Amino acid sequence: MRDIAIVSFVQSDCVRDAGAQNEVELIMPVLRKALDAAGIQSAQDVDFTCSGSCDYLQGAAFAFVSGVDPLGAVPPIKESHVEMDAAWALYEAVLKITMGQAESALVYGFGKSSPGELPIVLSQQLDPYYMAPLWLDSISTAALQARTMLDNGDITEKDMAEVVARSRKNAKSNPHAQLKGDVSVDELLAEPTYLSPLRKHDCCPVSDGACAMVVATVEKAKEWGKPYAVLKGIDHRIESHNFGARDLTQSPSTQAAAKSAGVANGPVEVAEIYAPFSHQEIILKRALGLGDDTVVNPSGGVLAGNLMMASGLSRIGEVAMRIIRGDIKRGIAHATSGHALQQNLVAVLEEA
Amino acid sequence: MSASAEVLSQAFTLGYTYTRSTGPVVGRFLTALRDRKIVGIKGSDGKVIVPPMEWDPVTAEALSDFVDLPDTGVVKSWAWVKHPRGKHPLDKPFAWAQIQFDGADIPMIHCVDAGDESAMKAGMRVKVRWAEETIGSINDIACFDPA
Repeated sequence: MRDIAIVSFVQSDCVRDAGAQNEVELIMPVLRKALDAAGIQSAQDVDFTCSGSCDYLQGAAFAFVSGVDPLGAVPPIKESHVEMDAAWALYEAVLKITMGQAESALVYGFGKSSPGELPIVLSQQLDPYYMAPLWLDSISTAALQARTMLDNGDITEKDMAEVVARSRKNAKSNPHAQLKGDVSVDELLAEPTYLSPLRKHDCCPVSDGACAMVVATVEKAKEWGKPYAVLKGIDHRIESHNFGARDLTQSPSTQAAAKSAGVANGPVEVAEIYAPFSHQEIILKRALGLGDDTVVNPSGGVLAGNLMMASGLSRIGEVAMRIIRGDIKRGIAHATSGHALQQNLVAVLEEA
Repeated sequence: MSASAEVLSQAFTLGYTYTRSTGPVVGRFLTALRDRKIVGIKGSDGKVIVPPMEWDPVTAEALSDFVDLPDTGVVKSWAWVKHPRGKHPLDKPFAWAQIQFDGADIPMIHCVDAGDESAMKAGMRVKVRWAEETIGSINDIACFDPA
């Protein structure tokens, strides 16, 4: 693929309940800041805009259309939407730029999960005949996956608690994190199970918020005169919707996406991984082929705050900003969608 | 406009003027459930999948080789729901489980009414508890009982 410049990225705080703020009010501040950071005025100044959100969170068909209001889409703009995490909106923008139909794009994702019962809402992502009528929720499918790994001896409960303790510790330096602090593995293991074998802290919290990113061709980014990170590779793969037909202890779709995106083509200083459950970080770290020299989720990851439909794009943005600030030269980001890591996207980012 | 507070109203019944068929594979499984029977399907590699899939999960080949199975099986993996949610199939603590029917190779997910978490373990045998009335839905399996 051609190099794509990530010029700016902004994420809101992860909050448990945004109260009376609606989606438009969650989106507008991050859009403004992302556009300002790129030195442009509005969506009129990019060739393409794409958002990611889920109508089921708002509980209304075409609810995503209200997410276009913050753009000021008059005069008409070229705009699209994915009913997915905004990491996939970025993927669409990358395709648009690669096809030569755009030189710049605005990408954003948003989710206000607090009004509903999120794990039950997500049960409706499943097979509509065999699983959705059981209201098999997203925590339960993750718990089945964790049990399989524990029974196999792939992981221990201590391994899971270590992921959580590191997440909370790293999140202390992330002003947008919802859950942060110093907590020991022993303290975590002393907690009762919530949906056995998972404890509550093994599950990401429910959060409201949004994030936005501006991307462009490298030529356009130079014209704007802003620092940028380079997206060197991006790919996504999906596995069967039948859990029984999958090996839940592995993530072959992540492995395939990582290979295609070129993860192994250089050192990985930082990896931001979208693992909504502690054991999944271990699966993903293995699938991405990461060693101990890679810093995993320096932001705290989504166990510290999970913006549905925005967290995937945030992982990419977190790595991009570390490169733009000059902290690292190369890193990777991962996004997931569906239950028990069904679909996975991997992006490779490098310094300009 | 008159000053009186006349409100225009019209009775409206929301209706879907179409019917949706579950097709020859999903429909066959659901119809078998109505008759209190379990039907699986053979994948491209000969493995028996329950509930039957229309296309092979690996090769995406169309599948059509059905297999009759008993209503008993083995728990492969499980999770204990201490706090059932309002929508869940049981209103007391229960287990979600990946259950492999006898004669099948690929497990399906349903719930087990085991009473207590300590009664659950991988490898335990379970049997379908049929709903009082079966209508051709996955919920015709009310849950599984330890067998």
